[in-house]
Amino acid sequence: MKDFLKRFYVFLIFAFLYAPIIVLIIFSFNDSKSRGNWSGFTLKWYRQLFHDQQIMNALYYTIIVAVVSSLVATVIGTAAAIGIHNMNKFKKAVIMNITYLPVMNPDIVTGISLMILFIFLRMELGFITLLLSHITFNIPYVILSVLPKLRQLNKHMYEAALDLGATPLYAYRKVILPQIMPGVITGLLLAFTLSLDDFIISFFTTGSGVANLSIVVYSMARRGISPKINALSTLMFVSVLLLLIIVNRRTSKDNNGKRRRHA
Amino acid sequence: MRKNWISYPYIVWMIIFIVVPLLLVVFYSVTVVTDNGLTFTLEFYKRFFQPVYIKVLIRSIVLALISTLICLLIGYPVALILAGKGFSRKNSLILLFVIPMWMNFLLRTYAWLTLLEKNGLINTLLSWFGIKPLSLLYTSEAVVLGMVYNFLPFMVLPIYSVLSKIDRSVIEAAEDLGANSYKVFTKIIFPLSLPGVMSGITMVFMPAVTTFVISRLLGGGQFTLIGNLIDRQFTTVGDWNFGSALSVVMMILILISMAIMSRYDKDREGSALL
Repeated sequence: MKDFLKRFYVFLIFAFLYAPIIVLIIFSFNDSKSRGNWSGFTLKWYRQLFHDQQIMNALYYTIIVAVVSSLVATVIGTAAAIGIHNMNKFKKAVIMNITYLPVMNPDIVTGISLMILFIFLRMELGFITLLLSHITFNIPYVILSVLPKLRQLNKHMYEAALDLGATPLYAYRKVILPQIMPGVITGLLLAFTLSLDDFIISFFTTGSGVANLSIVVYSMARRGISPKINALSTLMFVSVLLLLIIVNRRTSKDNNGKRRRHA
Repeated sequence: MRKNWISYPYIVWMIIFIVVPLLLVVFYSVTVVTDNGLTFTLEFYKRFFQPVYIKVLIRSIVLALISTLICLLIGYPVALILAGKGFSRKNSLILLFVIPMWMNFLLRTYAWLTLLEKNGLINTLLSWFGIKPLSLLYTSEAVVLGMVYNFLPFMVLPIYSVLSKIDRSVIEAAEDLGANSYKVFTKIIFPLSLPGVMSGITMVFMPAVTTFVISRLLGGGQFTLIGNLIDRQFTTVGDWNFGSALSVVMMILILISMAIMSRYDKDREGSALL
C-alpha cells in the first residue's frame, strides 16, 4: 500500500510535468483552431509553419548563432581553461569569480548590461550583437566542462612528452588535447543547446529584424495563441530532446570511465 | 605548463563583455545628464523607494517565496521517494526530471497558456461536468503555477543528489537504537539533506524573483514584477537610468539571498571557488 502511494505520487508529479507538453504536441495536429476540442488530424499547421517567412528567418538565425557561438566559445573557453588551470591560486580565484558572474547573475541583468554596452559603443543591435552576446554567456559553461578534465590529467605526461623531444605545441596537440577532448565536446554541446534555447539575453541584444525562435514564440504568444506555435514547439521539443539524449549518453559514458579508473 | 597567455583572449573578452557592461549599468544608475553635463545623483534609487515600486518589489519577493515553498513541499517527497530503495531504473526517472528543465522555458510557459485560457482544455473539461468557464489565466495563481511548473526540477534534483549520498548505515544505526521512522526522518535524514534543500531553494528563488516572461504571459501584464519593470524601462519607456538602478537593486537582492544561502551551504561555496 505504502509502495503504491509512493509510485502514485511520483506518477502524479510526472503527469504535472509532462501533461502540458503532451497536450501542446497533440493539439499541433488538431484541425480546428480552437484548443478545446479535437476536430481531426492535420499537418496543415506544419505546412504553414514552413511557409512562414518570419519563422524561417528566425530558424536560420537560431541555428547560425548556435553553431558559430558554440564553436567560438569552445575555442576561447578551452584555451582559457588550460590557462586558468596553470594559474596560481589567487589569480585563479579572481578569474573564476568573474567566470561565475554570468552564470549567477540574472539573465535579464546580463541582457540589459550587454545592450547598454552595444548602444554605448554605437553598434547597431542585430546579428553581430546577438552573436557576441551568445559567445559571452557560452564561454563560462565551456570552461566549467573542461576544467574538471584538466584536473584529472597526469601532469607528468606532458613533461614526459617534452623529455622525449616533443615541442610544447606538439605535446599539447598529441598529449593534452586528446585527454580533455570529452570535456571539450560536452562543453560544445552544452553551449550549443544553451544558445539554441536562450530567450532573455537574445531579447535585449538583438534588433533590426533579427530574431531567434524564442523571440518569435514570445511575440506571437503575447498576441494570442496560434496552432503554428504548437507545431513549432513540437519541433523544438523533439530537437532539444534528441540533443539532450546525445549529451546525456556522453556524460554518463564519461562518468563510467571515471568510475572504472577509480576502481 | 606555464603558458598562461592562452587564457588572455578570454580575459580580454570577459573584461569587455562582462565587467565593463556591469560597470556601465552601475554608472547609468547614479548619473544624470543635465545642462551642465553629467552629474552624480541618487534620484533613481530614491524613486525606487516610492510606494508603487516598493509594492512591485514586495510582490516579486512574495510570489517567488510562495513558489519556492510550494516547490519544496511538492519536491521534497519526490526526491525522498526516488532516493529511497524500491525504485528500479532510477537514472531514467531522474532523466525524466531533467528533460523539461532543458526544454525552452518559453514553450513550457506557453503550454500553460493554452491550457488555462478561457476556451482552453481545462475549461472545456470542466464544461463537461457542467461547470462554467473559470477565468484561470491572468491571475496571481497562474503566475505562481507557471513558476512552480518551470522551476520544480531545480528543487528536486539537488535534494535528490544529497539524499542519495546519505550513508545507509547511519539510518540503520538509528533504527537499531530504537528510533521510529518519524524520528529517523526528523533527526537524521532531514538535517543531512539541508545542503540540498538550501541549494534547491536558491535555484528556485533566483529565477522566480527575476522572471518577467512568466508574469507577462500568464499574468497578462497585470502582475508587474521587478523583472517586468526593468524590461519596460528598456524596451518601452526608454528610461535607462531608472532601469539600471532597478537592475542594481536586483543584483543586490540576488547577492543577499546567495549570501544567506551560502551560510547554510558550505559544500557549494568550496566548489564555487574551486
